Amino acid sequence: MNVRISGRAPLMAAIFLIAFVSLWTACSQKEGAPVASEQKNLPPIKIAVVGSHSGDLASYGIPSVRAAQLVVDQRNAACGIAGRRIELLVEDDVCKPELAANAATKVIGDGAQVVVGHICSGATKAALGIYKEARLVAMSPSATNPALTQSGEYPNFFRTIASDDAQARLEVDFVLGRLKAQKIAVLHDKGDYGKGLAEFAKGFIEADPRGAVVLFEGITPGAVDYSAVVNKINQSGAQAVIYGGYHPEASKIVSQMRKKAMTIPFVSDDGVKDDTFIKVAGEFAEGVYATGPVDTTRNPIAIEAVAAHKAKYGEDPGAFFLNAYAATLALVNAFEKACATDYDAIVKALRSEWVATPLGIIRFDERGDAIGVGFAMYQVQGGKYAEIK
Amino acid sequence: MDPKEEIKKSFIAAIWFMFLTFPIMVVRVDTIEHTVTWRWERLIWVGAAFFLLSFIWRRLLDRKLTGPSATDTAPAHAAPRWKHLTADSRLKRPALAAAALFFLAVPLLFSWNKTILVTNALIYVVIALGLNIVVGLAGQLVLGYVAFFAVGAYGYALLNLHYAVGFWSALPIGAALAALFGLLLGFPVLRLRGDYLAIVTLGFGEIIRIVLENWNELSFGPSGIDNIPPPDFFGLILNLRQTHIAIYYLMVVLTLLTILVVSRLQHSRIGRSWEALREDETAAQAMGIDTTRAKLSAFALGACWAGMGGVVFAAKQKFINPGNFTIWESILVLCIVVLGGMGSITGVVLAALVLVILPEALRVFADYRWLVFGAMLVLVMVFRPEGLVRARRRVYAFEPTESDKTEGP
Amino acid sequence: MNWDYLLSLFMGGLTRGSIYALIALGYTMVYGIISLINFAHGEIYMIGAFTALIVIGVLTLAGWNGMAILLIAAAAAVVYAAAYGWTMERIAYRPLRRAPRLSALISAIGMSLFLQNYVRMAQTANFLPFPNLIPDFACLKPVAHIVRASEIVIYAVTALVMLLLTLLVKFTRMGKAMRATAQDREMAMLSGVDVDQVISLTFIIGSAIAAIGGVLIASHVGQINFYIGFLAGIKAFVAAVLGGIGSMPGAVLGGLVLGWTESFFTGYVSSDYEDVFAFLFLVGILIFRPSGLLGRKQTEKV
Repeated sequence: MNVRISGRAPLMAAIFLIAFVSLWTACSQKEGAPVASEQKNLPPIKIAVVGSHSGDLASYGIPSVRAAQLVVDQRNAACGIAGRRIELLVEDDVCKPELAANAATKVIGDGAQVVVGHICSGATKAALGIYKEARLVAMSPSATNPALTQSGEYPNFFRTIASDDAQARLEVDFVLGRLKAQKIAVLHDKGDYGKGLAEFAKGFIEADPRGAVVLFEGITPGAVDYSAVVNKINQSGAQAVIYGGYHPEASKIVSQMRKKAMTIPFVSDDGVKDDTFIKVAGEFAEGVYATGPVDTTRNPIAIEAVAAHKAKYGEDPGAFFLNAYAATLALVNAFEKACATDYDAIVKALRSEWVATPLGIIRFDERGDAIGVGFAMYQVQGGKYAEIK
Repeated sequence: MDPKEEIKKSFIAAIWFMFLTFPIMVVRVDTIEHTVTWRWERLIWVGAAFFLLSFIWRRLLDRKLTGPSATDTAPAHAAPRWKHLTADSRLKRPALAAAALFFLAVPLLFSWNKTILVTNALIYVVIALGLNIVVGLAGQLVLGYVAFFAVGAYGYALLNLHYAVGFWSALPIGAALAALFGLLLGFPVLRLRGDYLAIVTLGFGEIIRIVLENWNELSFGPSGIDNIPPPDFFGLILNLRQTHIAIYYLMVVLTLLTILVVSRLQHSRIGRSWEALREDETAAQAMGIDTTRAKLSAFALGACWAGMGGVVFAAKQKFINPGNFTIWESILVLCIVVLGGMGSITGVVLAALVLVILPEALRVFADYRWLVFGAMLVLVMVFRPEGLVRARRRVYAFEPTESDKTEGP
Repeated sequence: MNWDYLLSLFMGGLTRGSIYALIALGYTMVYGIISLINFAHGEIYMIGAFTALIVIGVLTLAGWNGMAILLIAAAAAVVYAAAYGWTMERIAYRPLRRAPRLSALISAIGMSLFLQNYVRMAQTANFLPFPNLIPDFACLKPVAHIVRASEIVIYAVTALVMLLLTLLVKFTRMGKAMRATAQDREMAMLSGVDVDQVISLTFIIGSAIAAIGGVLIASHVGQINFYIGFLAGIKAFVAAVLGGIGSMPGAVLGGLVLGWTESFFTGYVSSDYEDVFAFLFLVGILIFRPSGLLGRKQTEKV
């Protein structure tokens, strides 16, 4: 066999490429078609909804698509925004930063004027730089990383949820004030969200003369068991545990603590304030504290929104539904009040105009945080989260 | 084979898979709500699907075992013609030219985000070619290659943040830094072979990621580094889209450079010593090859491409965090190298394009894509174990050797 | 020195280590016979746990309870895991027996991805609570912070599995055939050993043992999802290499040593760098003993 290297390779490459181009252009046409047919006299206003719509964290992302859809349907039924229809561009980022950046360029390419999203803080951060450059407002219903607003890097970012430092503040005040614990163990899952929160909690405790951090540790998500860490909490003499992270690890740690006859309070965050946590941890969930958005289910707009969701999708809405509903309402309101779709006008309207949402009547401050949105402390009582007043 | 026998075999296979998938496909227990759902209709689907699949499976397997000529006459005629066509160097040039034209025209033909996708694929081409040196040429199974990618990306992000180092100076620095880490990894594992090496390098990749996650003072922990500046192109002021297009062309140039350097390396003195190392370490040593030098140079020269890819990745992405550098990235790059046919440059390029773009193209299947991706890896390996393009070695002797005869077309 | 604490870390490490050992046994047996890193082995452990969960769910609803459920669920898990292991070998590895070794590895990775997503799609992506099948006996209450009933069961079962496996390999005809195949496949074939059968059996035994580990740990920790096999599989792989891949006592020793290393490092230093330390420890051992703790020194034929 005396053939020189890569003899048939270039030909294969050429065939491959041709097949590829044809396939791809075919796909592009399909994507393009419906947009063209929907065009009316005035070009529609395009709102992009980007977040995790598939994968492990889909349950956090899908409710926001539905929320936006409900608001948009309602508006379009009543002649849209000043006669212009609203159109949704839904894009999936699976909560992965590299895909979030791709999704961002995709919606910009498709002509989005504002973005509802993203869902996870890391993905949001990856996409915000791109939106900033393209002068697009992005409003997240769920990204709680404090730096997103506090760093001042992203004047185009807004959110309808309070940031993690507010949550950590509440946790620490509760543990030191109400529970009167002095020695506190702070744990986290080494993730963007969990570790950030735990670091704030640690900082707040250290600044407070009433308490001390006796243990600050990151656990390994997905480990076979957590008995070593649980033993260490026991050994440290902690009187309370503050945990930053999501519910799967939290429920493992709580169950192992309780099975080892450790009864100290376990305080966590809105990643744990999810009914799945109670169901998975079962009896061991009883008595666990978690912070979460202030309960606004008795707000009339919230009742209306939940009813609309039930009518359309036949089930109760999922996580961050009301936050996403509020975000979409706020953006639509900004379009109306600004009477324009350009960046400066929308930002100005968001910062100055109050708007009635399921979360209450809100407006945004200079940094992009919503005024009037906060956290409350909940406790599992009888298999349900109950707000502690 | 006897059709009766065939049907019987397929029937048994179908029954077996119905048994096998029964609990997981049919029963769905919700221990939260304490309900059990029975989905009997799925059993029929599984049975029917495996009944049919088993025919195809046996057919393909037979064909692979006996070679194309025995079961099917058509490819037997086609094969020589095909070979004749591809061996023709007159066709090679137009094919290359077409490929070059295509890659130059990508930003014009496709939308913005698809251009970015191709840029991503090209980054993977570069780093896979780097891993190809280590795994394909030198035969050292490395499972933690993503570490070098991380070193490049974090190298640029941190140097820029603290010392305002620009992209263009960071590119060689990132490559050098990664090469340094390659040596750092290379020294302790010099004595290890095969799978021992695999697990240690896997550990190395995890160590780098965990350190990036935990060492806040160095790497800002899991929240990552944002606002990484894009490359400066001759002082031009570009908007985001233009920047991405410029990065695309940069990647095209970088890919060409990599291909050029790697193919030159392959046939150099050191490249031949790598291949000797791959074939038989002890024999290579006996033949007077300095295996220590060969190994370390493979690690360093393989790592530097990942470092370079990392720098471009950081500049393109503008935001990086440790989540970008998980073990799955290492596995993906390894899959590219093996799927492409170890040691074959064309194969690696094709496989990188396929494996990076395929999951995106499979988006239509949304949730099913990883399932399909996993199944495809198995199928490609079962039916084409040498990868998409079989690596050909330059033959130096005039007479065909024994191993060439048995290799077949 | 706090002896209670030391003891609790020791027991915790033993629990973890036993699970690693049970999974590592399958890795090492397969490797010993066909030199393949069966990347999808962790998935078998996961499928074992899921099958048990499904059986428990169905039986609980049918009104059964207590020990009977535990035994039937464990038996079903073992049978199904073995069936999956056998099928996997037939589909993904047997056609590749003469192919380059890396191709088989990629095939294994593909299998791992496939099985994970198969369970995710057919069942759920969420964590599911796994009922605690082994009651916490009242007499163990005073030492609950050190060791629990389910842990004692884990130790006992691991020891029993070890014992049975040793007997099987040492004294049965099949065991002899396995040892012969591991030593020299060609030679074994020539002396009349049905190598295909031996390989199938290796997969069946390895998978069954992994399933036992899966059921035990799921019951101990109390929840499972489709992804639990991946990390456990990698750790077990580390354990197998640490002990000397191909050596069965090595796999158990490696598992236990790794479990203790992690437990004590977390207990006395920090769990932030738990995995870093585990890997560095592995590198350290391999530098001084390149074939692992109990691995045979490889003599290279030239």
